[in-house]
Amino acid sequence: MFYSAKFWGGLRGIINVMLVVYMLAPLVIIFVISFSSALYLTFPPPGLSLQWYEKMFSNPTWTRTLVTSLKIMVPAAIAATVLGTAAALALSRMDSKWALAVRAVLMAPLVVPVIITAAAIFGVFRIWGLYGSLWGLILAHVILTLPYVLSTVSANLAVFDKRLEDAAANCGAPPWIAFRRVTLPLISPSVMSGMLFAMVISFDELVVSLFLSTPRVRPVTVQMWSNIKGDTDPTIAAIATVLFLFSLLALLADGIARRRSGREPGL
Amino acid sequence: MTAGNRTLWLLIPAVLLIGVCFLYPVSWLLQRSVSEPVWGLQNYIAIFSKSIYLGVLWNTVAIAGATTILCALIGFPVAYSMVHARPWIRKLLIFVVLIPFWTSILVRSFAWLVILQRGGIINDILVGIGMIAEPLDIVYNRFGVLLGMVQVLLPFMVFPLYSVMARIDGSFFRAATNLGATPVRAFFRVYLPLCLPGLGTGAMLVFIIALGYFITPALLGGRGDIMIAQLIFERIDEFGDWPLASALAIVLLIGTGLLFAIIKGVSKLRRGRI
Repeated sequence: MFYSAKFWGGLRGIINVMLVVYMLAPLVIIFVISFSSALYLTFPPPGLSLQWYEKMFSNPTWTRTLVTSLKIMVPAAIAATVLGTAAALALSRMDSKWALAVRAVLMAPLVVPVIITAAAIFGVFRIWGLYGSLWGLILAHVILTLPYVLSTVSANLAVFDKRLEDAAANCGAPPWIAFRRVTLPLISPSVMSGMLFAMVISFDELVVSLFLSTPRVRPVTVQMWSNIKGDTDPTIAAIATVLFLFSLLALLADGIARRRSGREPGL
Repeated sequence: MTAGNRTLWLLIPAVLLIGVCFLYPVSWLLQRSVSEPVWGLQNYIAIFSKSIYLGVLWNTVAIAGATTILCALIGFPVAYSMVHARPWIRKLLIFVVLIPFWTSILVRSFAWLVILQRGGIINDILVGIGMIAEPLDIVYNRFGVLLGMVQVLLPFMVFPLYSVMARIDGSFFRAATNLGATPVRAFFRVYLPLCLPGLGTGAMLVFIIALGYFITPALLGGRGDIMIAQLIFERIDEFGDWPLASALAIVLLIGTGLLFAIIKGVSKLRRGRI
């Protein structure tokens, strides 16, 4: 029996099912509980209702923090996308030795444990008067998300045919026109996907925000954090579901953008 | 003038931003760690001599190590199963393993909290079927932390393994068994050694990332059983003890930096040999 193909096929099936349960069950359970009619976190819920979503949208604490998160996410993602794409373009045209060093520096916020980044930025921003301000949070989020844009766009530029741009230049197009009419359309799917990445990272970010935010300027993840540490009711499940659906939507948008451009979805 | 020089200015905003708002703050931490209360290494000496701090360092390494081993034990069969699955199942598995990249750690840690707590689903079921009389304490301890961390870090083990396994020629294994090796022996002497590069990369990645973890251990871990990131947060948030917190951060930074250098060195060596 040990050597039979059936045994191994069955074992692989069991492994697959267990993996799917392990990775998905927590999210599915949170999703279901967010529609619970019970007054506390219990599973399976005795009945269904939308009371927690109602509570979430009628409670100013949640709406205010959700809006704060968006106010941080939108400018941070745009800035990270512009700066990251510009840096990727410049690096793709540079001497490889220098490019490697500069790239390592720009990617550092992704490699350095986020608790270190958080403590360092908090310490300095407090001196600069950026602690507890929207600007401080936006700046910090640009730093955290820029590496994602840089690496996504760079991967695209590595397979981009530079001769197309040269051809445009030879036909008399000034550099800016060549960039806007030839390069940008060709790399736009990766720029889009870098921006979606930046949006998701910013919206879900907790550690740096925990240091930099005050009760007055507080993103939704920090509010969730302090509620989870206190007593929890299913409103948090509703918030968690909103966060999860946001990520899922971004993933879907990314998949569509990639399919349009004819590249492989996923990785 | 080359094309490279013409576009160099595009680099300036990003480099300026990272320089001013990231590199400078980190060097500021380094400076505080050696300059307060007086210049010297006293904060580092405290970390490596006082038993409370040593205990946290040990916890950090132990939890990261256990996470790595569990990720390897789970990731190996998962990667194998992915390589040998039908295309649509493989796509599904890749999507499932990638979910951690797209959903917040906070949301997933909270989900585990709901499942594992005393009045949670697992305890309800176990009490319901009469397997246990009293709810078990399966969260706010090591078990909860490991369950949560392995889930988040699994992709970093699975994908390096997957890319190595996908390139292994199945005929090696058949050759070994045809030559009389038992499947177990062929696995350990032929298949496993071929997987080692992927296993090594994955293990290092998981270990390094786990060392700096904060959210999962803070939500699912026990009060006395904390990791270095939690200690840094606590020192700053509760005590404003910047010198010690800075020194702890620099210790973590150097530790992860050294491990990354080892990965780079090993992969360079390996490339040089082939």
